[in-house]
Amino acid sequence: MQWETVIGLEIHTQLATQSKIFSGASIAYGAEPNAQACIVDLGFPGVLPVLNEAAVDMALKFGLSINAEIGERSIFARKNYFYPDLPKGYQISQFELPIVGKGSLTIDREDGSQKVIGITRAHLEEDAGKSLHEDFHGMSGIDLNRAGTPLLEIVSEPDMRSIKEAVAYARKIHQLVVYLGICDGNMQEGSFRVDANLSIRPKGEEALGTRTELKNINSFRFLERALNYELERQIDLVESGGQVVQETRLYDADKDETRSMRSKEEANDYRYFPDPDLLPVEIDSARLESIRQGMPELPDEKRSRFASEYGLSAEDAGKLTLSRPLADYYESTVAAGAEPKMSANWVTVELGGALNKTGLELSESPISPEQLGGLLKRIADNTISGKIAKQVFEAIWSGEGDADSIIEARGLKQITDTGAIEAIIDKVIADNPKQVEQFKGGKEKLLGFFVGQVMKATQGKANPGEVNKILLGKLKD
Amino acid sequence: MSLDRSDVEKIAHLARMEMDESQIDAYAKDLSNILGLVEALEAADTDHVEPMAHPLHMAQRLRPDRVSEGDHREENQAIAPNVEAGLYLVPKVIE
Amino acid sequence: MQNQTIAELGAGLRAGEFSSVELTQHFLQRIERLDGELNSLVTVTAEAALAAAEAADRQLETGESSPLMGIPIIQKDIFCTRGVKTSCGSRMLDNFISPYDATVTQRLLQAGAVSLGKANMDEFAMGSSNETSYYGPVKNPWDTSRVPGGSSGGSAAAVAARLAVAATGTDTGGSIRQPAALCGITGLKPTYGRVSRFGMIAFASSLDQAGPMTHSAEDAALLLQTMAGFDEKDSTSANEPVPDYSEGLNDSLQGLRIGLPKEYFGEGLDPAVAASIESAIDVYRELGAEVKEISLPNSGLAVPTYYVVAPAECSSNLSRFDGVRFGYRCDNPRDLEDLYKRSRGEGFGPEVKRRIMIGTYALSAGYYDAYYLKAQKTRHLISDDFKQAFAEVDVIMGPTAPTTAFGLGEKVDDPVTMYLNDIYTIATNLAGLPGMSLPVEPANGLPVGLQIIGDYFAEAKLLNVAHRFQQETDWHKLTPEGFA
Repeated sequence: MQWETVIGLEIHTQLATQSKIFSGASIAYGAEPNAQACIVDLGFPGVLPVLNEAAVDMALKFGLSINAEIGERSIFARKNYFYPDLPKGYQISQFELPIVGKGSLTIDREDGSQKVIGITRAHLEEDAGKSLHEDFHGMSGIDLNRAGTPLLEIVSEPDMRSIKEAVAYARKIHQLVVYLGICDGNMQEGSFRVDANLSIRPKGEEALGTRTELKNINSFRFLERALNYELERQIDLVESGGQVVQETRLYDADKDETRSMRSKEEANDYRYFPDPDLLPVEIDSARLESIRQGMPELPDEKRSRFASEYGLSAEDAGKLTLSRPLADYYESTVAAGAEPKMSANWVTVELGGALNKTGLELSESPISPEQLGGLLKRIADNTISGKIAKQVFEAIWSGEGDADSIIEARGLKQITDTGAIEAIIDKVIADNPKQVEQFKGGKEKLLGFFVGQVMKATQGKANPGEVNKILLGKLKD
Repeated sequence: MSLDRSDVEKIAHLARMEMDESQIDAYAKDLSNILGLVEALEAADTDHVEPMAHPLHMAQRLRPDRVSEGDHREENQAIAPNVEAGLYLVPKVIE
Repeated sequence: MQNQTIAELGAGLRAGEFSSVELTQHFLQRIERLDGELNSLVTVTAEAALAAAEAADRQLETGESSPLMGIPIIQKDIFCTRGVKTSCGSRMLDNFISPYDATVTQRLLQAGAVSLGKANMDEFAMGSSNETSYYGPVKNPWDTSRVPGGSSGGSAAAVAARLAVAATGTDTGGSIRQPAALCGITGLKPTYGRVSRFGMIAFASSLDQAGPMTHSAEDAALLLQTMAGFDEKDSTSANEPVPDYSEGLNDSLQGLRIGLPKEYFGEGLDPAVAASIESAIDVYRELGAEVKEISLPNSGLAVPTYYVVAPAECSSNLSRFDGVRFGYRCDNPRDLEDLYKRSRGEGFGPEVKRRIMIGTYALSAGYYDAYYLKAQKTRHLISDDFKQAFAEVDVIMGPTAPTTAFGLGEKVDDPVTMYLNDIYTIATNLAGLPGMSLPVEPANGLPVGLQIIGDYFAEAKLLNVAHRFQQETDWHKLTPEGFA
């Protein structure tokens, strides 16, 4: 039987605010346990929530970026359940009238085609704390620092039909929220967590199969692996006559398997109702307009602009706009006077390679875009060759200064004096009569040999184009 | 609407409250009586009435995003039933 | 000394006739001598009170003019008080020493009021007789075999017995007005949002409101002046200017339009109470008011609506009491579920459990629409009744409670009968309107309260209407025998 995979994702993005969604406690990562849990986060008697403006604005920013329906009113609701990491016995979330309604996002598929993925809604809610399972005399320890951290939960339609599409969608959301500056995207620290709903159905069938929910996946690699495992598990189960049970399953990265979380399964009745401590949020058009004005250029817009404005291939434009810092780096390089296509090449290949090798982030790059631009200008104006430029690049990387001073100090300036080059070529031709004979006999590959000899004699400083031209002229005489 | 023992047990579990076996019947009776009182609502015609969650027609006020709370862990945990290393201790959480 | 108004005591303090320390000692001694029988206080903070009185005396010497400076009051034990046990009348919080002050507490302390202690109350403010308190029932100073009303029964009894000049209370369905009526004092429940709820332990968030409990409207105006006002820590706090509540107390009532809802004078109302109310209305007629009958047709829905909305909110509000971070925790929990179930099962009393269960049920899957959503709609109907009424009249008057104080133990085993005590007070909470109770001619030898309901933020009008009555009558000056 041919099976079709159906996947929907719920992505929890931690919003990059300073303070919590309903209290003035800090959300900085890594504080001492419970040192950032104030009486509001701890759910002490009589305390009350007050909504953080930045969290609202960030949610609206996201809504605008996916062209979502944004209502004039949005309501907070309580989701009631008991769990030690949930101090009040309810989570303040949204149920009816979420802040962001229906929207969509376009992903690129592997074959180069595009697909629109529906986004059902995105709502604001508070995060829970953490249970630490190290043994405290047979007990668990509860750290509530994370309790009250603002989250935007982005819920997709079950529109993805392959694991690749699901991963592409998750990456695209990640890219978008980081671009928008509403999430730091740090998956290790839990700033971006994915829950995946997966079901299978016979190809051609319309009705959806029973889904399972995979919880708390915190890397794209794990997402792919968890979905692969779960897909195979479901197919095996159904093909051997079994039935998929609707349940929540946890992906165990160490064992590379998913397993049922029965403890969370027992008949949850969340008893949602509007939180009487919070009033309806009214979104007026002035607020939306001012957020719209402050929107950064989005990845897709940037990519098409890069292609048209800089004449880049779709692939290069895509690579360079993967992240906002990279795109900014590229544009600063071009702004420093470098040729756009050459810049694309150098930023992705040379700089990308060097960063990769040293394990540095772009923000830690020892070479500034201005320095790189300065170097590339010297290639364009024939001061140095591409090959020499790589030497200069390394020198800038190790802190020896910028391109011009290095070229000067090391005497790397290209020989552009045609007379001087001609003299050297004449000598090379005179010294290698045998090769000249063979070349003239039709072995044209030997041109490289002559170029190499000339470069060697000039320590690479001769302009390769010029050398080629003169050599050919002389050899073909 | 009348509640029986199993309803009471189910509700008490949802609300995480232990119920003494001997009290369940009394709760079933009291809760049924209260629901009997509430039944008067059924007769009200509310077909075209909007639900009212709040007495005042105000909008939610937004707080500037500023860290205003410092570390009061010591004070807050001074009254906690069981803490160690800054953590609240509870019987093992099984996931 | 205990029979003077806040203004009179303030004048005495400023004139140096007595000090705040002397005044405080006087009341502490009365508490010592008289509260054993009443049980109106859960905690007496004598030392802190005397220290505050000393500070107030120093302030008074500098010519400080805050009207509450040095005045001894009592706080209902629902307001968090830093460093002091804040029990909310529950075993659950018997060990809760609050690390913070409620906004109301903070404002009163800042104004120089001297807090003598914390008043007994129905557990988590759930009750109409003060019999659900973990600390035992409070007795009515007019007849100690009778209840003082609830949930602010301790505050009402303490003020009636002159154990403090004034007290704070909270009102979710009548919890200020009904005990004020049953104890013969003046109580005001402000418009929802007028007084901050921060640090006031929540029962039903969309209904709870704090207010003053005093001998007179004049005193209530002074207390409310300090309690009211916008609080950025409470999202439901109204950002409305606070008028000067004392300024218009003496305004003429000539032409005041009073509406008497016919539904508040029907079956169930004790005829003796009705007669007292009628004679109070006559006083208003003499003061030049126009009295007319009005109708609040959905009055019958108020109690049923309330017993869905309030329990639903409370079931969620009280989930935080789980034995993990503060409050009661059961011994040796076997596992997590046992920790929750026994801590909550042992920490809450029966009335609280009943309401949590009703609320849990009303919100649960399959019942939400029939109960919670329906009640939100009937709440709207009730609110609209008032809107229409206030198009025709300035204030609404009627009885605060259907009967005078009933006997201890008389209704405690029958929740539904108990609930019907609040039949006249609940609708104002559902609508969010301000309401007041003031003592009128006693009936059956016991106090009777006249309820005055005003439009949103019309507290100044209510105080004016009540004050003019108290200028004409002395009912508010009656003192229970043995507490003079």
